[in-house]
Amino acid sequence: MPLMLYLRSSLLPMIVASMIACGGSAPPANAPAAGASGARTTVTGAGATFPYPIYSKWFDEYHKRHGDVEINYQSIGSGGGIRQMLAGTVDFGASDVPMTDEQLGQAKTKILHFPTVLGAVVPTYNIAGVTQELKFTPAALAGIFLGTIKKWNDPGIAGPNPGVALPAADIVVVHRSEASGTTFVWTDYLGKVSDAWKSKVGANAAVNWPVGLGGKGNEGVSGLLKQTPNAIGYVELIYAVQNKLGYGSVQNSSGAFVKADLASVTAAAAAAATSMPDDFRVSITNPGGAAAYPIASFTWLLVPAQLPDATKGKTIVDFLKWILADGQSMAAPLSYAPLPKEVVAKEQQAIAQIHAGS
Amino acid sequence: MAAFVARLRKGDEVAHLVALLFGLVLILLTVLIFFELARNSSLARARFGWRFLFTQTWDPVAGQFGAAPFIYGTIVTSAIALVVAVPLGVGAALFLAELAPRRISDALTVMTELLAAVPSVVYGLIGVSFVVPLMRQYVQPALARVAGSLPLFTGPAYGVGYLTAGLVLAIMIVPFIVSVLREVLLAVPRDQREAALALGATRWESTWRVVLPYARLGVFGAVFLALGRALGETMAVTMVIGNRPEISASLFAPGYSMAAVIANEFTEATGDLYLHALVEIGLVLFLLTMIINAFARILILVTTKRGTA
Repeated sequence: MPLMLYLRSSLLPMIVASMIACGGSAPPANAPAAGASGARTTVTGAGATFPYPIYSKWFDEYHKRHGDVEINYQSIGSGGGIRQMLAGTVDFGASDVPMTDEQLGQAKTKILHFPTVLGAVVPTYNIAGVTQELKFTPAALAGIFLGTIKKWNDPGIAGPNPGVALPAADIVVVHRSEASGTTFVWTDYLGKVSDAWKSKVGANAAVNWPVGLGGKGNEGVSGLLKQTPNAIGYVELIYAVQNKLGYGSVQNSSGAFVKADLASVTAAAAAAATSMPDDFRVSITNPGGAAAYPIASFTWLLVPAQLPDATKGKTIVDFLKWILADGQSMAAPLSYAPLPKEVVAKEQQAIAQIHAGS
Repeated sequence: MAAFVARLRKGDEVAHLVALLFGLVLILLTVLIFFELARNSSLARARFGWRFLFTQTWDPVAGQFGAAPFIYGTIVTSAIALVVAVPLGVGAALFLAELAPRRISDALTVMTELLAAVPSVVYGLIGVSFVVPLMRQYVQPALARVAGSLPLFTGPAYGVGYLTAGLVLAIMIVPFIVSVLREVLLAVPRDQREAALALGATRWESTWRVVLPYARLGVFGAVFLALGRALGETMAVTMVIGNRPEISASLFAPGYSMAAVIANEFTEATGDLYLHALVEIGLVLFLLTMIINAFARILILVTTKRGTA
């Protein structure tokens, strides 16, 4: 086995698993021993990097329960996952961004989207002399990232933050330099709350930024933020939590200022669940609901509706059922928000659309 | 046929054929790279034509792609790197080859070669954690005070930008220049130096007017090797350049480079036109490297003729 594959399939899940153990989740006491009978089934997938820690935890736990099944996953990025999916080189894909109609049209077979967990994106900042947690209105965030709000003491920022001594300094905007699902969620949100953003910039994994510096990855953005006085940027919630970065709350469509956490992110998905389309390709930014954090998103597994290999097909179906049932409880310890019940129920029905065997 | 087989049996012919085959692999690789880059950029070339090289917009949402900011960024950062690294590298190599005692020279040479082998991401980390704050707090404000009347040194001091990327590149390529050049200078025959000294030249005159001109082919070689690395450098540049696809007169401004944008956007690029535009940037980078190499050859040809005449 090549070294990297070995690291991916064995070591990382072990590390992740040991981290979970500290979190106090129950060990799989009733796990059956590795199946000695039958041939091994190897399923390959590729795609998003954002859900990689929870996915590798799931693959590992699933392997403990089904010793004859091995799921190999390469976290090559959402765009790469979609490309591999369309090329038919992997059994399933994964993406933080739903596939477009155009991409689905290119596929040889129908491709189904299955939301797995939720992520959120938070505004984080470094302002000289400000230690308080800031509250951002949608208009303020859009103005800052459009470059129309130039100073920290602009009334648009200062208004909801009475008592915070905001300096009259120029705002330095920091964004992701590489294309990423995080940027997609962020720009998708800004497009929903600002017409100017929608017409000038739009939503995509990489956009033509009106202002700002680019940092590579969450760590690049937070690195620039730490060094640059009076800077603002955005990072994944999980990254902010794990690295203890302070972040601001954002006003949602009900007018409440909500700070991102697992509950408020799941609430965002629950608010969107009522209007969930049958193919699950939905943006849940700026949802209704007073408790919902407005900058959140599903991440999806992409599975073909026709799986010619019956064994692989059955494995994928079984795996999907398992992550919707048992797998969801493993999300929270890794800081991923679990799916709301309504979405789980709807997905369990949708699994019937997968046909294994030719 | 029999004669051919008989000739084949002699080791020389076999060695000749094998070597020829290996040589052909190099040509084949170059052609294959060019062909693949051209094939996978056809959509972008058909859509944008030559405009691709001169337009500034890079908008994946609207499907508008222009490579000008990236070409500009690659050339400007590499130029800054050469301006800083060539005098430094030549000076250091002269010291190591001509002036330093043998033991010091050997020790320093080992260090230089170590530096040349450091992976670029490490230089990027040094850039982010050391050079960027230094630039923002001290160098850029100082430059703005002294030479702020020039458009080159205006605008807010972010720390990241063309100038910082150029300096980090300079740090990266100095070891290349030094280690190649030292070998070249040591290869200059001793009698050249002795003849100059015998004619009454000082040590400096002999070094500057005899040894260095004698070794100028090697100097060009070292400089172009370093330039090649600077043009193609990806990781260290993207960490300190600011990643903003915009052409600015000021060297303080954030910019972007060709290699950096490919590395940043390729993994998540969806849509054929977007992918083809990224591959076309790769093609432009490939051609730019070829042109610069050809230019180096011509320069060498011209100067050798003048030298021997």
